[in-house]
Amino acid sequence: MTAPSAEPSAVPGPGPVAVDSERPMARRQVALVDLLDRLLGSGVVLAGSLTLGIADVDLVRIDLRALISSVNERVPSPWEGGNPL
Amino acid sequence: MSGELRYVYAVTAPLAGPLPAELRGVGGAAPYTVEHAGLVAVTGVVPEADFAEEPLRAHLEDLRWLEETARAHQGVVAALTALTCPLPLRLATVYLDDDGVRRALEEGREEFAATLERLEGRVEWGVKVYARRRAPEPAAAGAAPSSGRDFLRRRKQEVTARENALEEAEELGRTLHAALAAQAEDVRVHPAQNPQLSQAPGQNLLNAAYLVPRERSEEFVERVEQLGGHDLAVRVELTGPWAPYSFASGQAGAEGNAEGRHDGAVG
Repeated sequence: MTAPSAEPSAVPGPGPVAVDSERPMARRQVALVDLLDRLLGSGVVLAGSLTLGIADVDLVRIDLRALISSVNERVPSPWEGGNPL
Repeated sequence: MSGELRYVYAVTAPLAGPLPAELRGVGGAAPYTVEHAGLVAVTGVVPEADFAEEPLRAHLEDLRWLEETARAHQGVVAALTALTCPLPLRLATVYLDDDGVRRALEEGREEFAATLERLEGRVEWGVKVYARRRAPEPAAAGAAPSSGRDFLRRRKQEVTARENALEEAEELGRTLHAALAAQAEDVRVHPAQNPQLSQAPGQNLLNAAYLVPRERSEEFVERVEQLGGHDLAVRVELTGPWAPYSFASGQAGAEGNAEGRHDGAVG
């Protein structure tokens, strides 16, 4: 489903932008992970809200982890790029 | 289900002016304000069919829906920063009706007022440090190993070189964090980002948020550029200015002292 009005725009509007030390002049829209760090990992948690209580937040993270591994077919081995001993 | 629910984006002090008329939030609905106890909840109407517990759980597993909702939430919070210092709420904080929103303001009034006072005039900057991937040493990429023992010796050298490079990058990350923390009023270290979700190259060594008075932002950004701009071992990424998401919960101040809380990000 698509919400036409919520279409991410290529040009950053008001609010934060991302700047990379390799391309200091290239200002980009902030990445989804940075948003999720803040919108799921912080922000005020209100008691008494209807759906996501404090206890549910971990559940959201677990769902996300499942989601990430499901969209990435190739799950890298924990030994990749390193010697197990 | 054809009912409507109330989605709360942020709590603020009373606004000096109206919300921008063209502002749209989650589901394309224009946000409005619910006022109570000297506080304002910036609220939007959302369909129950999407935001009741069951459909919300299902939606949260849909990365595209999650992104649209997160960006719409952030869009409203970003617009509020032009008017006031908002206390952003966690994604998908939903009430049955405006009375439920008022009750939440009533219950949290003291803490909201104290937090708003603490954060007034402040913004958040995000800084991430990644280890750069470096090309293997030319010597290691030379002729084929002459024996099994030679192979093992080279393999060990490669591993050692990689470990040394990572240690060097971690040390740079710690130095940068300490220097930035000294310039910030408060610090919050987020868990290192999942590379599959961020798609960023290199290992994420530091993922931190710094609370900075708005008028000292330029100074802070210059410091980040100065410290991380031209380093061979690490890549530094700056995001901001954010509304103070990472400092909005009551516990943040107690837990984050500005002296190098670095655990969880390195190692």
